[in-house]
Amino acid sequence: MATQQTRTLGKLAVSPSVLMLLMWMLVPLSMTIYFSFLRYNLLDPNPICSLLTPGALLDAENRCLAGFSNYSYFLTDPAFFKAMGNSLKLVGWVLAISVASGTLLALLLDQAFYGRGFVRIMMIAPFLVMPTVSALVWQNMLMDPVSGFFAFISKSFGLQPIDWFTYHPLASVIIMVAWQWVPFATLILLTSLQSLDEEQKEAAEMDGTPPLSYFWYIVLPHLIRPMTVVILIETIFLLNVFAEIYVTGTAGPAGNLPFLVYQYGLIANDIGGASAGGIIAVILANIVAFFLMRMIGKNLEA
Amino acid sequence: MGTISLKNARKAFGDVVIIPGASLDIRNGEFVVFVGPSGCGKSTLLRMIAGLEDLTSGAILIDGKDMTEAAPSKRGLSMVFQSYALYPHMSVRGNISFGLKMAGMPKAEIEAKVAKAAATLNLTEYLDRKPRQLSGGQRQRVAIGRAIVRNPEGFLFDEPLSNLDAALRVNMRLEIMQMHKDLGATMIYVTHDQVEAMTMADRIVVLNRGNIEQVGSPLELYNRPDSLFVAGFIGSPKMNLISGKPAEKFDAHTIGIRPEHLGISLKDGTWSAKISLAEHLGADTFLHVDAGPCGMMTVRAAGEYDAAPGAKIFLTPEPDRIHRFDKDGRAIRK
Ligand SMILES: Nc1ncnc2c1ncn2[C@@H]1O[C@H](COP(=O)(O)OP(=O)(O)OP(=O)(O)O)[C@@H](O)[C@H]1O
Ligand SMILES: [Mg+2]
Repeated sequence: MATQQTRTLGKLAVSPSVLMLLMWMLVPLSMTIYFSFLRYNLLDPNPICSLLTPGALLDAENRCLAGFSNYSYFLTDPAFFKAMGNSLKLVGWVLAISVASGTLLALLLDQAFYGRGFVRIMMIAPFLVMPTVSALVWQNMLMDPVSGFFAFISKSFGLQPIDWFTYHPLASVIIMVAWQWVPFATLILLTSLQSLDEEQKEAAEMDGTPPLSYFWYIVLPHLIRPMTVVILIETIFLLNVFAEIYVTGTAGPAGNLPFLVYQYGLIANDIGGASAGGIIAVILANIVAFFLMRMIGKNLEA
Repeated sequence: MGTISLKNARKAFGDVVIIPGASLDIRNGEFVVFVGPSGCGKSTLLRMIAGLEDLTSGAILIDGKDMTEAAPSKRGLSMVFQSYALYPHMSVRGNISFGLKMAGMPKAEIEAKVAKAAATLNLTEYLDRKPRQLSGGQRQRVAIGRAIVRNPEGFLFDEPLSNLDAALRVNMRLEIMQMHKDLGATMIYVTHDQVEAMTMADRIVVLNRGNIEQVGSPLELYNRPDSLFVAGFIGSPKMNLISGKPAEKFDAHTIGIRPEHLGISLKDGTWSAKISLAEHLGADTFLHVDAGPCGMMTVRAAGEYDAAPGAKIFLTPEPDRIHRFDKDGRAIRK
């Protein structure tokens, strides 16, 4: 984009998508912000406070305008801290598991062995399963304490089957979600591994590098970039995990921030509170994104 | 010290035989150049010596010891790769010192060695840069530095200069030759550029389809090529090869005569020819001529030769500079 003309042309060319994005994002966001300052509960016998009656804001008795009370209520709710803790634990653990096992699997799949192509395709499968379906399968076929496959294994070793969802609800959710995201990490890291220069491997061989040092000094630095990309993308999606918690009914002990917003809005019918929670979640996500982007920026530079 | 011997070393990838069986003795401190057309197996042979390719059969002796099965790092050889193969995320210092670090050398000693290598290669001020912040020539030097610090018995170069521009290539060529003189280590150098081979080598190994065609000093190969292939490959511009009637007069299937060994006359000579193109290089003029039954030939005229295309000239080969070959392409010697 060197000349004025190409720049103008470029701007013109992207303008439809920019407008589209603005509508897509700005409209819901503004509505959420608007609601978050209202005393708006669907169970209110006189629901005059809503988007459709903006005049309500100027209501003489000031019944609708909530100020920051929705925010303060949400932020001081003990459930908020628990949900935030769960969110962070979920994101952290799934990232750790998927990046670590993704790396190991990628290293394995980078080796030549019989049927590698087939195994690679199978690897992607979990990523393509809908979260709801995966949650149901894990809950009923694998982790069920009576008829699940894990229980069967435990029993065949004469052990007490683990009642996953009762005693380790968060761990169960983490395992299910990690299972879905490992293939993604594997795939990205594998492509990156395959782009590792063959002559570099040979140079390392000439330098007499033992396998572990080779991994540590040559492979890992090469993988840092794709790893940061994996972390960024996964974080965005993991902050929004919902289906697994909803389906397995582990909301009480393992509910995260999105789930809390859902509880405010669709269970307590408190639209104002839910909107405030939503905005808080957005702000927190942006803080996380800010740090991630800085980390990635540093890595992409190097 | 640094002798390298190949004993009937053979390499096949599956059914495809790349090196049918190469035997070669490289003396200590020698500068040997492998030369041959693209795809003839130079790199493969070098990589077999380095230990990066297994031998299908045969043996490799380094320093008199059988190293056929030894790991690359145990052979006492360093390699400089065509693409340099520097570690991109390590600084120049990291790149040069990596092999020593892997060998478990104490830090202080590594520091000293790196500093010394950097000083010889003019890299001192770049030690903390990453490879991508260097020019091609500097990267090349880092690759050489990485090879030097390990203090090897022998150096292996796989077309190290082919990514550099012409001027830099001449420079680096001189530097490598200087380095060879200073270190006195054995060096094997792969190139497909016969000028590089002629200028650098103590001995040249000419490869053709994985076979060693001839081994000898540059002038031996120039003056006494054993085969048609070597005759055509060594020398620039190429030797004129003439077969058929004109060759029969010399009791040969094919005769060869270099462009610089043809006398030019306007009055009489062995062959008559018509100039079709003249290349003026200043010091020399190369005439491309149509010599009738002898086919197209190249002739060197010293200095500036005023030649008009279409003009008729006579050519006379220097009698003791005529190379004769039988129908299998082997040289006929009197
Ligand atoms: N891994 C391999 N599997 C099968 N064939 C190979 C393999 N590596 C090289 N070859 C073949 O071996 C032959 C020699 O290759 P090599 O790389 O040694 O050529 P070269 O003389 O170095 O050529 P260049 O000057 O182009 O580098 C080529 O025909 C190539 O196709
Ligand atoms: Mg090669």
